[in-house]
Amino acid sequence: MFKYALQRIVYMFFVFMIITVMCFVLIRMLPLPQLPPEDVHSLQIQMRREQLGYNKPYLVQFWYFIRNIFTKWDWGLSETLYPGREVWSVFVEKLPATMIVNLYSILWTIPVGIALGIWAALKKNTWIDYTISTLTMVVISVPSFVYAFLIQYILCYKLQWFPFLMKGGTDYFSWAMFKSIVPPILALSFGVIAGFCRTTRAELTEVLTSEFMLLARTKGLTKTQATVRHALRNCFVVIVPGIFGEFIGILGGSLIIERIFSIPGVGGLTLNAINGPDYNIFMLSTCFYTAIGLAAGLVVDISYGFIDPRIRMGSKK
Amino acid sequence: MEYEKIPAEKFRFVQENERIHDKELQTKARGFFADAMLRFRKNKSSVIAAWILLFLVLYSIFVPLLTGYTADDKDPMYNNFPPFIPSIADKGWGILNGSKILDSQNDSSLAVLKGTAIETGKDPINEIVKVHETLVKRRGQWVPQYSYDVDVNRYYAFGIQYRTFNANDYKRLQEWQNETGIQVIYPYVEPEDLPAAKDNPKMWFELNRDGTPKLDDDGNYIPVYSTHTEKQGFEYDSIRLPNDPGDWVYSTAKAGAVQCRILYYNYYIYLNGHEPSYLMGTNVMGMDMFTAIGLGARFSLIFAILVSAINLSIGAVYGAVQGYYGGWVDMTLDRICDVLSGVPFVVVTTLFQLHLAQKVGVVPSFLFAFVLTGWIGMAALTRRQFYRFKSQEFILAARTLGASDKRLMFKHIFPNGIGSIITSCALTIPGVIGSETSMTYLGIVNLSAFAGTTIGTLLAQGNAAVTTAPHAMLWPSIFLGLLMICFNLFGNGLRDAFNPTTRGIDD
Repeated sequence: MFKYALQRIVYMFFVFMIITVMCFVLIRMLPLPQLPPEDVHSLQIQMRREQLGYNKPYLVQFWYFIRNIFTKWDWGLSETLYPGREVWSVFVEKLPATMIVNLYSILWTIPVGIALGIWAALKKNTWIDYTISTLTMVVISVPSFVYAFLIQYILCYKLQWFPFLMKGGTDYFSWAMFKSIVPPILALSFGVIAGFCRTTRAELTEVLTSEFMLLARTKGLTKTQATVRHALRNCFVVIVPGIFGEFIGILGGSLIIERIFSIPGVGGLTLNAINGPDYNIFMLSTCFYTAIGLAAGLVVDISYGFIDPRIRMGSKK
Repeated sequence: MEYEKIPAEKFRFVQENERIHDKELQTKARGFFADAMLRFRKNKSSVIAAWILLFLVLYSIFVPLLTGYTADDKDPMYNNFPPFIPSIADKGWGILNGSKILDSQNDSSLAVLKGTAIETGKDPINEIVKVHETLVKRRGQWVPQYSYDVDVNRYYAFGIQYRTFNANDYKRLQEWQNETGIQVIYPYVEPEDLPAAKDNPKMWFELNRDGTPKLDDDGNYIPVYSTHTEKQGFEYDSIRLPNDPGDWVYSTAKAGAVQCRILYYNYYIYLNGHEPSYLMGTNVMGMDMFTAIGLGARFSLIFAILVSAINLSIGAVYGAVQGYYGGWVDMTLDRICDVLSGVPFVVVTTLFQLHLAQKVGVVPSFLFAFVLTGWIGMAALTRRQFYRFKSQEFILAARTLGASDKRLMFKHIFPNGIGSIITSCALTIPGVIGSETSMTYLGIVNLSAFAGTTIGTLLAQGNAAVTTAPHAMLWPSIFLGLLMICFNLFGNGLRDAFNPTTRGIDD
């Protein structure tokens, strides 16, 4: 199992490096943004460009880029958005806002989603199941900005329960801050609830009809015992990796929700870097999102092995 | 009945000169697609979704052609205005009347609205929703002061505006007035006659010192229209207000041009040849929302179908090669998929836009972004189908008969998997529409120059004015939501119908 995990990690690292090289070259091929001539930072940035070999071949540039990252964790300087500031420090500043919104959202949505899924599966082919399944279907289909609109209009404008936009500042655990991030949390939640509900229902209905459930009942377990000890455990083989994947995903967040509620997070930073254009920030965002996507896949894959002995045994052969 | 002695003539041969064979099947054989359709029709929600989908598609095809508005009809003034259709608004049903609630209007702003109603004959007040009474202390006494929540018709309330014309335009406008008898130019009010008006074009009546209108003996407003002939701009020779004594001046000279008070509603008729009529209101650009949604949806649908078709072709060939040859070919091609699918979609779109939009255009580069990674799912699906079928006996038989690889792949294996491949196409279309909407919403791709507008752009514009003009967000949201739900339900229904494992199972 350890060997398998290691293999996967090494492989993912290679994939990550290939993507980074491709994106790096494509970004460096773009014309550089003009620097304001009288700005104090222009000279500094100009010197940094010189030092990073902007007039040398792309692979040499990439070597400098990688070397700086591995030796000094230096991702370059911001050129247009925050002239002269270290890209990494800007980025780290933005990360907590994204994380906090997503963290709150999944903390309550995953249990709710799973609970609804279990309920629907246990009441299969009753009106409860039909209602939950239909709602899940509808909620999954509708894009998140529609929810964001409804929440902003009804909760923030008509009822005036919450402020429109996320509060500024870094007091992430204050009450005022919590109140101001309730709308984005809600907007993010619908999709997650529906996703988990659908997976859980599908998985649990399949497990409940399998033969070992019949065996569990015939050897004298009550329905509750059989469901909790046998059915749920088996269906969590699929759900738990999904939860892990979701937790990795909180770093990434949602560009759209961040835009609507003006969350000062990495999504907004990326969009600004695209429109700036500020290529060093964009490069870092690219690496970041790629890494998150790959890591989520990796964690899901490996956790399958850890959770389910059958998969673990299968990989040994 | 006697059974012992049955006479010989009662016996006859079952068959004598005819061959015994099975009866030919009289019932018609049901084909694969007919069978799938039968099962699809059993699924009520999918059928309803299919009908709604058909309606939405027809909407997007025909509405932009039939409304008479085009993508270029952008009114600079009527932007983010609520739904309004004159003929229905006049009936007083409370719908489509350009209604917007203005909170806490004081007496003088109510007077301005009433003044607009008297002067133009178009009453902007639909209804006074609520009257708030507050007591304020004035000269040592508590007197009630009123403020009103008024439901106004924004199109009428927009009322009189200042406009500056050159000599030619001014003349043409007068000629048009004479032809149609519609009053656009209203008598001018010189600021020196009405200092309290603060250059508000809607003011035309005398005011008391406290800002309330001065009334004559009959309780009417007293007009203070300009009679300063020396300040008049170009000559005015057109229809006048009915109560005009003949000396009212209709313009004022402004540096080689004239400034007038015009009724914008009628000016709109002059410019466009018809009354403003917007079933779903207008967006921030002043486009008709009803048409704009149709335009955006038409683009989205065509684009999504195109992307799905291209992805289907690439994915099918790629997956076929992967699945058929297996081994190291499969491995290598799989690694390429891994790399491509690892790149975040936002990054792909951005890079394609930055690199290619100048050279090949925005839409093709957006298309490339979708094609670059979109086929991977389709390839995986085809690959699975190939693994399923390639070791079966009929393939062995065909190979023994000398069929080439190409023939085996596309004549023998591919048709077997086509059902599930096509149905997954129905599920990728809403995915493409969703991504396309997100990208245009975020402004990473701007398709307005090509498609007029897109749903994503409309949503982004609507979101900027969510409190002042909720209709601008509401209608695109409803449309998009409905489209996505129906596509998914329809796709799910198709998938279940084409899936042979559910045949005969009524779950």
